[in-house]
Amino acid sequence: MKLEELRFGTELLKRGFASMQKGGVIMDVVNAEQATIAERSGAVAVMSLERVPSDIRKQGGVARMADPEKVQEIIDAVSIPVMGKVRIGHFVEAQVLEVLGVDMIDESEVLTPADEEYHIDKKLFKVPFVCGARNLGEALRRINEGAAMIRTKGEAGTGNVVEAVRHMRAIMGDIRKVQGMDEQERISYARSIEAPAELVIECATRGRLPVVNFSAGGIATPSDAAMMMQLGADGVFVGSGIFKSSNPEKMAKAIVEAVNHYSDAKVIAKVSTGLGDAMPGLDVHTLRADEVLQTRGR
Amino acid sequence: MDVKIGVLALQGDVSEHIDAFSAALAGRGCGKASTVVEVRNPVDLDGCSALALPGGESTTISRLIERNGLYEPIRTFKGGIFATCAGMVLMATDAADPRIHTLGLMDMTVDRNAFGRQKESFEADIPVIGLDGGPFHAIFIRAPVVTAAGAGVHVLATLDRGIVAAEKGRYMALAFHPELGGDLRLHERFLKNLGI
Repeated sequence: MKLEELRFGTELLKRGFASMQKGGVIMDVVNAEQATIAERSGAVAVMSLERVPSDIRKQGGVARMADPEKVQEIIDAVSIPVMGKVRIGHFVEAQVLEVLGVDMIDESEVLTPADEEYHIDKKLFKVPFVCGARNLGEALRRINEGAAMIRTKGEAGTGNVVEAVRHMRAIMGDIRKVQGMDEQERISYARSIEAPAELVIECATRGRLPVVNFSAGGIATPSDAAMMMQLGADGVFVGSGIFKSSNPEKMAKAIVEAVNHYSDAKVIAKVSTGLGDAMPGLDVHTLRADEVLQTRGR
Repeated sequence: MDVKIGVLALQGDVSEHIDAFSAALAGRGCGKASTVVEVRNPVDLDGCSALALPGGESTTISRLIERNGLYEPIRTFKGGIFATCAGMVLMATDAADPRIHTLGLMDMTVDRNAFGRQKESFEADIPVIGLDGGPFHAIFIRAPVVTAAGAGVHVLATLDRGIVAAEKGRYMALAFHPELGGDLRLHERFLKNLGI
């Protein structure tokens, strides 16, 4: 097989990579030790970042891509895929992560946006991207920019699942809505949500987003994770929920188990027993407007 | 003939396998009552003529096979097994990784992520021995290869890094993902081998 006959970085390879994550838990980690614990606990991939969202909230300041040394350390520590977060619109941070060999890039509202007008032109990259979304319009705009995977945003670092639920219900509800429309209505609806008509039509025909859709932002317990799966998520991201709990390894394993058996309440009851304390939670209604992360990058 | 096929549904691209096998069964002229079902527990294997082991994370799937008590039931399963990517790793005797308890159903040694990370994932047209209709458009995603194959393992396709498709009786193991590309010739060949 000659090298020039191979094709790299195609849409099929990017979306295919995301499909391989389905039914899995992707865990936030800040160092090699946490990455090893995540892998041992059954994570399908780890998300490398400098600080977990709850620490970003507490410490404030500009949150950026992790130090390449840290990312490399995590890549070297595990055999599962390693993802990395970049600031919204920061295409050079993305270039850096691609060179480092990260398997997927998360253009994330959890970090401080670098561009308030434009997202990264993700079609220019060989590495696939995941992006956050709160509703069908946001999801389809990101897919149109080249995102190979969507995660509902939720409200990261709160340990409060309410926003994750709101966003998953919004996307699923919007899809059910377009399924009941005729072609003309779909085109008009696409305009109203500022999304490409052909993607709206594809959602209506397939009854789902054209790419894998995970849930994120506030999942802190096995029951939270299983609820998101029952609401239609293809898998879950857990950020602060694992390494801010009192027994991270036990919590990580329990969440993996709950995602695998998401419709079996007996299993969820069993794995939820004796876990110790979940991460401390925040009431999202007490957040000031500038503390809300989900409104970044619409 | 009505046929039931199972897809191991613990983690990975399960729905893609279900869709591909549903289409392949129709292509083979199987009866309208033919089904493709999700396999999560041993009881789900009852009545299945074949089982697909999907792509996904082999470490995760291996752990979940044991957790769900599926290790022995799959090992002793009497039907065909169609394994892609992570599935190929599980079919081997040796994955050179203590975290993966392989099923050992095909005498072969595999090298995981043999081509590198996701940015080295690729599509290529590869010749497959005995497959009519020209090269197969194969999708390799963080793919493994077989570095050594023993008795009874019939090699179907090889790239410079190693073997990427192999058969042994009622088993077929592929390093790539025919369930993603829309070309069902390998699915149909697998079914034909089983007399379906």
